[in-house]
Order: sequence, then structure tokens, then C-alpha cells
Amino acid sequence: MYEAVIGLEVHVQLATESKMFSGSSTQFGQAPNTQASLIDLAMPGVLPTPNAKAFEMAVKFGLAIDAEIGRTSVFDRKNYFYPDLPKGYQISQFDAPIVGPGHVIIQLEDGETKRINVTRAHLEEDAGKSIHDAFDGLTGVDLNRAGTPLLEIVSEPELASAKEAVAYLRVIHSLIRYLEISDGNMAEGSMRCDCNVSIRPKGSQALGTRTEIKNVNSFRFVEKAINSEINRQIEILEDGGRVIQETRLYDPDRDETRSMRSKEEANDYRYFPDPDLLPVVLDEAFIQACRDALPELPAARKVRYTETYGITDYDASVLVADRDIADYFAKVAEASGEGKLAANWVMGSVMAELNQQDVSITEFPVTASDLAQLIQRVSDQTLNSKTAKTVFEALLNREGSVDDIIQARGLVQVTDTGAIEAIVDEVIAENPDQVANYRQATEDKRGKMLGFFVGQVMKKSQGKANPQAVNQILASKLSD
Amino acid sequence: MALTAHDIQRTAKLARLGLTETETESTLEKLNAVLELIDHMQTVETEGVAPMSHPLDLTQTLRADAVTESNQREKLQAIAPAATDGLYLVPRVVE
Repeated sequence: MYEAVIGLEVHVQLATESKMFSGSSTQFGQAPNTQASLIDLAMPGVLPTPNAKAFEMAVKFGLAIDAEIGRTSVFDRKNYFYPDLPKGYQISQFDAPIVGPGHVIIQLEDGETKRINVTRAHLEEDAGKSIHDAFDGLTGVDLNRAGTPLLEIVSEPELASAKEAVAYLRVIHSLIRYLEISDGNMAEGSMRCDCNVSIRPKGSQALGTRTEIKNVNSFRFVEKAINSEINRQIEILEDGGRVIQETRLYDPDRDETRSMRSKEEANDYRYFPDPDLLPVVLDEAFIQACRDALPELPAARKVRYTETYGITDYDASVLVADRDIADYFAKVAEASGEGKLAANWVMGSVMAELNQQDVSITEFPVTASDLAQLIQRVSDQTLNSKTAKTVFEALLNREGSVDDIIQARGLVQVTDTGAIEAIVDEVIAENPDQVANYRQATEDKRGKMLGFFVGQVMKKSQGKANPQAVNQILASKLSD
Repeated sequence: MALTAHDIQRTAKLARLGLTETETESTLEKLNAVLELIDHMQTVETEGVAPMSHPLDLTQTLRADAVTESNQREKLQAIAPAATDGLYLVPRVVE
């Protein structure tokens, strides 16, 4: 039996207006090389000047994971050659990063929590983009992204499965969104993940040889890439082979990783302090200002939601993961006064719809006040669960307010027992065989058989009859 | 610590430099002389002295996060050896 040892390096593009070391715009999706200045192109004689906002964002992240903040941090040169890296080196931080050891807490599937230590997080600059397939025998280079600030967050190798790795990545994603230091959009590359994976016999202390899967760009692919790499390594060891330390790429179409290039030589980055940049010293006032600007973080919000809205730990952790969804839920819960129902609606119909339509909650057609109104109409028994679903769908189609929809579609629930009795009598009269069967059946079988009659009554009432009343009246009339 | 010709070749390769045998030999001599100097410096007592990452005893000034550069693509690409559709072109790099 083997166990996996996984560590993640997460690159987060910081949401600054301008680049790490130049005044070029960082806006995504602009025409190639329109945001690449003399500094980004590494013309002779230019000098980098670090962006204060990037430091502020990095410090906020450090404070959020309870890390030591590097009061003095130093920029180093990481040397390698690639066309999308104009200087021939990347400015990064090596010995003295801005964020030192910290930790996050992840939630495991069995409900337990696990502390994952973060080794460090350092500031660096992004590279440009190479386009390999558009020109015959040539590579096109777009340097708009070159110099965009990155925070590279390095975890300790303490993740024991692909699921734990994803849980960790989700915590990081949630934090950077709460802190508003990045949009965390993996599809656009604002958050990218390198996975270091090794395996060893269960219980062994020694680490196996690790491989690094580069640039995985979705939560789902992180899970699949790690699992496929674990399986590949197990097969090698089972066959008596040995794992080679190398960089690999994940191919989602074939669900396998493949070798990218041997890192033996490429890995010799010959770091040294960048003589163009002096040490950055942050004083207590700077750090305190960052601390004062911290928002309420997911962990604190989770506790508050369980206490204020009476929802479970699990529900709270799902609801607070995304800041916008958490805000939406809170509005619904406040306005409806029904925390538990609000949680069920948001985690059920709302999230399902968000996933299906692939939209964010901020663009969702059903506003928080709509949903609160809908929940109130369920609480005051105007709607039952079936008609509530109908109203929700109408809200999705923007058919107006909850009360307008109820009026327009005649969905007011029938709670008048006289009216329900009349329908029950009709149903009994129309189904003499079923009635006879029911009356002959034993008590334990009747429960199931009652369902048929309930269905008939609900159908005749067009779903508007109050189900509790229908059950009661039916049970009493049928037992006559 | 003295370097070997192999170290020189490897470093040259990482730096994308092509050295002839004669050049390797002379580079080896020069670099070894530098390392001798460093060995000499290592004998200085530095206990209690914090290492400096920069020769100037100053700290870095940061700039405010503001876009100050405008699009200069036409001018910059005019001096590039090859550019098409706004992209700089280089000999094909295969990953």
C-alpha cells in the first residue's frame, strides 16, 4: 500500500492596476503587446520600481494565514531563457520572501479539519505568452502579461490525497477573493497551480522522488491530474522501476500526465540578489494599515452564520466559501427571517442554477429580496414546495415579483378544507378499485398507497392544495 | 574551491554561451582567480555582521499603483527583428 505526499505551488495574479515593476496596465484580454513598455521589454538602461499595492496585497494574505511578515524582503533574479521572459531572468524572492511560514485549515470530507502549513509566499513577476501554432517555424510572443504581479504561495508537502489538494486550493481561492487581492479566475490564468506529487510505502517516513505537474488550470483538473500521476507512479514502483524527478504536463483529453522536460539542468536557476532593487523594508504602520483593512474572513463568517442564522457547520462552510454567495445568503436570511430555509434554497436551487448557467451570483436573475419574498410565501403557506419551485422558475425567466407571479399564475395555495374535501370526494368517487384495495390493506401498506390519492388530489388542484391538509383529509375519509 | 573545465562548460551552457576550448581555458583561469579572492575574503571575521543583499545601505522606494505607460507598440516593434499581427516573432520554441 502506498500513500501520496502532495505539495502545491499556487500562483495568484494580483489585482493591481499596473504591473509589478512598471506603470503598464495589467488589464486582461487587450491586443497583443499594447501593454508592454520599455521596462517590460527589458530595454537597456531601464530600472524596475516595485508596486506598493502588490506589497499591501501580499501582506494582507500573510496576515490572513497567520504568517510571519517579512519586514525586510529582498528581490532575487531567477535565471532562465525563454522568449516570453525578455530579461533572461524573472525577478522573484528567494531567501527573504514577503510572507513567511503560516497555515490554513481545510475541511475534509468526513467533516474533520486538517491544518496545512504554508511554507512561504513571495512576490514575483509573470512571464509573457508564447504562441506556438500560429506561424510556420516561428513562435509569436505577446508580452502584455510580462511583469504582472504574482504571489506564489507554497504549501508544505502535507496533503495526502487529490481531494485534500483541492480542498486546500479552494481555501486559498476563497481567501484571495475575500481579500480582493485577485479575481482567482483559473480559466483566465489569474490563479494557476503546480502540483508536486510523490508516493511512498504507507507508514514510511522517507519521501519518494517527486514530479511536478505544471500549470493545472481548474479545480477538477487538479484532482484528476494528481490522481492520474499517483497511479502512474504506483505502476512504475510495482513494476520494479523508479520515478524520475521531472516536470510533467497534464493532458485533460487523455487524462494522463506526460513528461515536459528534464529539470536537472533547467532547474539550476542561479538565484542571486537583484542589484537593480534595494531591500524593501516595511514598517509597523504599513503592516498595521493592512491589518486594519482586513475584511471578515471565511472562518469568522462561518462561526457568525451558524450563530446568527441557526444553520449547521457544514452548511455554513459551503455558504461562506464564496464571498458573494455568502453575502447573498445573508441578505436572504435577514429579509426572510428563515435561516435554515434560506440555506436550503441557496445551496440547492440557486447553486444548481449557477453551475448550470455558469454565471456568478452577482449576475443571477433571482435577487436576494426575490428569494426572501418567495421563502416568506412558503412560510405563510401561500405556496407549497411544488408551487414555490414554479415561482422560482418564473423568477429565473424574469417574469416579475413573487406576488405578481403568484397572482398571474393563480398559484395561491388552497388551505380551505372545504375546497380540499370536495376534491378528495371526487377522487374517491373516481377510483373505487383503489379505494377498495386501500381499505382491505394492512396499516403498514396503507402509507404507501395513500401516495396515489395524494398525487391525484394535487393534480386536480393544479398543485395548489396544501399537502398536509390533503394528507389529513384523505386519511380520515378513506378510513371511513 | 577550484572550478574545472566541466564546470565552465556547464555554466556557459546555462548562460547560452558557446565557448571554444581556448576560451574555456582562459575563462577557467579568470574565474578561479575570482574564487581565490573570495576564499581570501572568507577568512575575514564576520561573526555578528548581518549579510547585505545590496552594496548600498539604503531601502527601496515603492511606487503608487497607477498606470503611467501608454501603448508604444508601433515604435517598439519598428526596432524588433520580426513582428506580425502585433506579436514579436522568434525562431520556433517547442515545449
